[in-house]
Amino acid sequence: MTEGAANQRIDTVAALRDAAITTLLAFGLFLPLIGFHTVTNIRNELELDTRWPLLFSIVAVVGVARLAYSFLLAPWLERIKLRPMATTTPAWRATFGKWFVPFCIGFVIVYPAIIIAATGFGGALKWVDNFGIQILIYVMLGWGLNIVVGLAGLLDLGYVAFYAVGAYAYALLAKEFGFSFWILLPLAGVMSSFWGILLGFPVLRLRGDYLAIVTLAFGEIIRIVLVNWVDVTNGYAGISGIPRPSFFGIPFNANDDGFAATFGLEFSPIYRTIFLYYLILALALLTAFVTVRLRRLPVGRAWEALREDEIACRSLGINTTHTKLTAFGMGAMFAGFAGSFFAARQGFISPESFTFLESATILAIVVLGGMGSQIGVAIAAIAMIGGTEIMRELDFLKQIFGESFDPTQYRMLLFGFAMVIIMVLRPRGLISTRAPSVFLKEPKPVPVDLVKQGHG
Amino acid sequence: MTIAGDILLRVEHLTMRFGGLVAVDDLSFEARQGEITALIGPNGAGKTTVFNCITGFYKPSEGRIGLCHGDAAIWSELDALTDSGKRGITRGDSGLYLLERMPDYLVTQNARVARTFQNIRLFPGMTVLENLLVAQHNALMVASGYTLFGIFGLPSYHRAERASVEKARDWLNRVGLIHRADDPAGDLPYGDQRRLEIARAMCTDPVLLCLDEPAAGLNPRESAQLNELLMSIGNEHGISILLIEHDMSVVMEISDHVVVLDYGIKISDGAPDVVRNDPKVIAAYLGVPDHEVEKVGAEIGL
Repeated sequence: MTEGAANQRIDTVAALRDAAITTLLAFGLFLPLIGFHTVTNIRNELELDTRWPLLFSIVAVVGVARLAYSFLLAPWLERIKLRPMATTTPAWRATFGKWFVPFCIGFVIVYPAIIIAATGFGGALKWVDNFGIQILIYVMLGWGLNIVVGLAGLLDLGYVAFYAVGAYAYALLAKEFGFSFWILLPLAGVMSSFWGILLGFPVLRLRGDYLAIVTLAFGEIIRIVLVNWVDVTNGYAGISGIPRPSFFGIPFNANDDGFAATFGLEFSPIYRTIFLYYLILALALLTAFVTVRLRRLPVGRAWEALREDEIACRSLGINTTHTKLTAFGMGAMFAGFAGSFFAARQGFISPESFTFLESATILAIVVLGGMGSQIGVAIAAIAMIGGTEIMRELDFLKQIFGESFDPTQYRMLLFGFAMVIIMVLRPRGLISTRAPSVFLKEPKPVPVDLVKQGHG
Repeated sequence: MTIAGDILLRVEHLTMRFGGLVAVDDLSFEARQGEITALIGPNGAGKTTVFNCITGFYKPSEGRIGLCHGDAAIWSELDALTDSGKRGITRGDSGLYLLERMPDYLVTQNARVARTFQNIRLFPGMTVLENLLVAQHNALMVASGYTLFGIFGLPSYHRAERASVEKARDWLNRVGLIHRADDPAGDLPYGDQRRLEIARAMCTDPVLLCLDEPAAGLNPRESAQLNELLMSIGNEHGISILLIEHDMSVVMEISDHVVVLDYGIKISDGAPDVVRNDPKVIAAYLGVPDHEVEKVGAEIGL
């Protein structure tokens, strides 16, 4: 006991030394970044300005934070580690686990009604559109990419390419040929799937970093083609005036044959938004349903087996070529659905919407959520997309930091910070146990340290 | 229809070169139906290379590897098959396959040759039961209508899956792992992982089971259990086994036929007793030239 207590006592000298080193490092780093500052004077010349008070205050904050870490946070983390792990899950967790998913599905179904009740018709538009629809698109994309990255273990950095194919397929075919949304939705899925398989072929032999690089390049190729093939895609200017989906033939407009007039309601843009909300909700739930089913089918097990050990797969008579291609094709198909929905919702698309940052965001959602976990990916999408959206709402911060403070400018900073924190605390994502697809007596979650991350 | 003693696998003039290195040089041997054939030799003799050629992981530089299903009379068509350029032929219940022409997964799927690995290759993050279901992939794939019926949850697929689970349960009982069925495979102790890998290979419904050092790292008790398991696989299921092994207690006790390799060349071939006393084999294992065997043997009290 005394020995344990001695070990836990904080070494003051070491803590001070750490703080000194950190302060020095911070000074070295921030001296050029913050200490010096160039300003243009009246004669349009650059002049060097110094900001010593700001520099020293930041360096001091860093030093104090390091001290606080050594004296407060580190011992606390140590205590958490020493705490004995609970061997049995408490009853409330079992109940919680059982009701969590039905509750979530129920909540997203009544979400628009809650919002309308809370904010009225005018205010609800923003909350249903920016939060509801926007998040659900990313939930769906995350679930789609989860098939490729989480289940099959193939790192795909160009996933947004399939999203773009779906969006442009809908936009071009709807504008040129006037096909309806319901015909083009599956068609966009098929086309994206086709491109997914096409990408799959050359990368079949690649593993790890090489696979990631080629998929990244593929994503860029698609985007650059969209930029440069002006005759078809209209380049950077994008495609506008994309036909919007109708309510089974009844358009959402203020005309006499429009949705509001048909159902005897007062015209409001919210009806279209609510319709789109339920549409993307249905698509996302379809993705989840299909993925859950696939995991329990031989093809899904083969994906996971491929992630675990490709050579063993081949020794068991599994055609790894087909298995990889189905994973790419399936993942791409859901991206295609999401893409055509995106085009229909926006009414305008341009290559700007399909940059690498989008791929990175979707991948971050999958990694953050825990590869292979449906619930984890959904939570991560809500946190990432909802989190960045909510930053726009934090107007009260202006009262603290002054009128010129714009919280949205700090979105990426906070976002990155949150990501680092989560990766330190939960390196394998929020939900990091694997649920077995079949069991004899009782399903036991597989601890994450046994699950392989695939070869890329 | 399957008669014990008929030729099952015929390896002819198998040569495998890696650049300038000849790993296997003009190797010919036969494995018979229902028998346990052991492939032994010092480290680096090329045993695993022979395995990789038979199971399609390597494409041999030269040579022919024929495998027969059912009636051995079909061997008469071997030359015709070789000239036809096809991978295999079937006549009713019988079939003849040229393994060197098949990619690895088809060797398991069509020619029904299963294998295990020297360094165990399970799916550690999947449960023991899932490991055995992955092994039944091709059968389940057909039952699930290549996923289509499965997605819609048709009862025919559920029946097939239940049958697969039953088969897996049966094998888990036989290797004594039924109580670990829902545990991740990576959590099992080493000896259990070895047995699970054999059970997984058996779930692919093979006619020939290739085991690469199944007794490596096992203690004497586990080794004895393994012997029993392999004998029962041979006797009860009529499945032939091709075995690479260093543990002579396993080799000499259970094998019907032993092939000895040294530097890629076959130096002996025959019943265990014959091979055991072959001076060439002793020389290879002691690492001395033939004519010094007696001298060295006397020195070490052989």
